[in-house]
Amino acid sequence: MIQSRRAVLGLSLGALAAACGQASQGKGAAPALELLNVSYDPTRELYRDINAAFTPQWTSSHAGEHLTVSMSHGGSGRQARAVIDGLAADVVTLALQYDIDQIASQGLIAPNWRARLPNNSTPFTSTIVFLVRTGNPKHIRDWSDLVRPGIQIITPNPKTSGGARWNYLAAWAYALRQPGGNAQSAQAFVQQIYANVPVLDTGARGSTTTFAQRGIGDVLLAWESEAHLAMDELGAGQVEIVTPSVSMLAEPPVAVVDRVVDHKRTRAAAEAYLQFLYTAPAQAIAARHYYRPFDTATLATNAPRFPNILLVTIDDVFGGWATAQRTHFADGGIFDQLNTRTRE
Amino acid sequence: MSDPSRLERRSHAARDPGPMAAVFVVLTVGFMAVALILPLLAVFVEALSKGVGLYLNAISESDALSAVRLTLLVVVIAVPLNTVFGLTAAWAVTKFEFSGKQLLLTLIDLPLSISPVISGLMFVLLYGAHGWFGPELRAMGIQIIFDVSGIVIATTLVTLPFVARELIPLMQAQGKDEEYAAATLGASTWRTFWQVTLPNIRWALLYGVLLCTARAMGEFGAVSVVSARVRGETATMPLEVEILYNEYNATGAFAIASLLALFALVALIAKTVLENQFAGDLAAQRRH
Repeated sequence: MIQSRRAVLGLSLGALAAACGQASQGKGAAPALELLNVSYDPTRELYRDINAAFTPQWTSSHAGEHLTVSMSHGGSGRQARAVIDGLAADVVTLALQYDIDQIASQGLIAPNWRARLPNNSTPFTSTIVFLVRTGNPKHIRDWSDLVRPGIQIITPNPKTSGGARWNYLAAWAYALRQPGGNAQSAQAFVQQIYANVPVLDTGARGSTTTFAQRGIGDVLLAWESEAHLAMDELGAGQVEIVTPSVSMLAEPPVAVVDRVVDHKRTRAAAEAYLQFLYTAPAQAIAARHYYRPFDTATLATNAPRFPNILLVTIDDVFGGWATAQRTHFADGGIFDQLNTRTRE
Repeated sequence: MSDPSRLERRSHAARDPGPMAAVFVVLTVGFMAVALILPLLAVFVEALSKGVGLYLNAISESDALSAVRLTLLVVVIAVPLNTVFGLTAAWAVTKFEFSGKQLLLTLIDLPLSISPVISGLMFVLLYGAHGWFGPELRAMGIQIIFDVSGIVIATTLVTLPFVARELIPLMQAQGKDEEYAAATLGASTWRTFWQVTLPNIRWALLYGVLLCTARAMGEFGAVSVVSARVRGETATMPLEVEILYNEYNATGAFAIASLLALFALVALIAKTVLENQFAGDLAAQRRH
C-alpha cells in the first residue's frame, strides 16, 4: 500500500514535469520572436542599450514582427557550461574565445565560428586596468606594486570568470617582459599576486561589488568598462583608474549557437543581431560603455576615453587560448598549483 | 510536546522565575534584535531610502511582477505536493511497521543536509542536455533544466522534508491508540485519517505548510543552478534580488527583498491569527 502511494507520488511528479515542459514549449511557438543572448557578467548595461537600439530596427524592417532580446548574465565559464547543459541561447557573447570553443566542441556551434564575423568575431575589445581608492593611498602604479606586502587585491576566480583569466594573464605577461623574465619568474610573480587576494568571487561583477560596495581591498583588477562603470556608480571622488604599463588585449567574441537557432528557427534574427554589433550605432554604444570599438572611425572620435596602453595578445604571448587554458587554468594547471601552495 | 517530564520541567521553571530567567530573556531578545529585527529593518529602510515613489515603481515593474508570479507559481505547486508527501510519509512511518523505516526517515532528512547547490547540480546531471535523461527529453521537446519546470522540481526537492519533519515527531508522540480505537469501531482507514488523525495533527500540519511555503519562496541555491536567470522569465524573487543588486540597483533589489520579507510576515501573522481563533482546540490538543 505504501509502495503504491509512493509510486503514485512519483508518477504525479513525472506528469508535472511533463506538463511544465509542454507549457514552456507552447510559449516558444508564440508568433513574436524572442532571442536569448547568454553573456558574461559586466555586459549588462552594454547589451541593454544595444538591444534597445536593435529591436525597433528589426521590427520596422520585418513587417512589424515583434522581437525581444532576453539576457542571461554570469561568469563566462559558468554561462558556457549552462549552454552546454542545455540553456537555449540563440547567441553567446562571452568573455573568452575558449568558452565559445568549449560550446563548439560539443557540436552546438560550427567549428569555424571565428571566421564567420569580422575581426575573429570580436566586435569590440577591452583590456584590464586597476581601480584604486581615491588619491591612490597605496601608491599603486603598475603590476609590480601589487605584490608588495599588505596590498589587498580583488579579482575573481579564473576557474569561473573570463575577466579573471585576463587579469591573471596580464600579470603573467608583465612579469615576462621584466629583465630576465621567464616562465619561472612569471609564475612566482603571479603567485605573489594571488597571495594578496582576500576574496575570489565567481564573476567580474561580484568582484566589483566586493570592492566598490563592500569596501574590501586596495585595488580591483577589472575590465576597463567595469572600472568606469564602478566609478560612475560610486560617484565622483570614491575611486580612480590606474592604467598599468602593459596589459592584455582582451577579445570577447560573439557567436550564433547553430543548433539552437536551427531548432527555434531564429537564425535570421540571431545573425542580424550579431552583425548589428559591427554597425556605427552599436560601435558608438560600445564606446560609450568603454568597450574599445573595432571600427577605427568610432575609435578615433572616442580616443580620449581610451588611454594608450601597450596591449599584448594572447596569441603572441601565450600561443592562443587552447594552450593558455591547458597550461594555466585546466585542473592541475599552474593556477591550481599556485592555489594549493598559497593555502599551505 | 506531550513528553510529561518536559512539561513538568517547564512548569517548574515557570513557578520559580529567578534572576537567571531575566538574563535569559534579555539575551534572547537582544540576540533576536541584532540578528533578526535589525537586518529586517535595514531591508525596509534601504528599499524606501529613495522615496516611496521609486519603491512602488520598483515593485510594479514588469520583471518584478513576473518574478513574483513565478515565485507564487512555484509555491502553489511545491507546497501542496510536499503536504501530500509529508502526510503520506508521516502516516506510513508512525502508523505502520515495515522494514527500512529508519532508512526512509534518514532519506526524508536528506534534502536538509545536502547543500542546495548540490541538489541543483543533481538535476542538471539528470535532466541537462548531457544528463542521463537529457537526450530523451530533448527528443520529446521537453526542457526541464533552465526552464520553469526545473525551478519547480528543484524547489520541491529542497522543501520536501518540511511538512514531514513537523508531523512525524507529533504523530510518534500521539501513538496509535486512537487509530486502533477507530479501527475497532469499524472505521475505514480513510475515515480514520480524516476524523481521527487529521484533527490531531492539524496545527503541526499548518506549521509545516507555512515553513515549507517560506522556504519555497526563498530558495536560492538550487534554483540559481537550474535557472537560466533571464529576467521576466526564469528569475524567481530571490534571483531577481541578486540580479538587481549586481546591476547596482540597490533600491530595486531591496524592494523585492522587502516584498519577500512581507510575504513571510503575512504567513506568520496568518498562523498567529489562526492559532488565536482556535485557541481552545489548540489547548485540547496540547493535553494529548
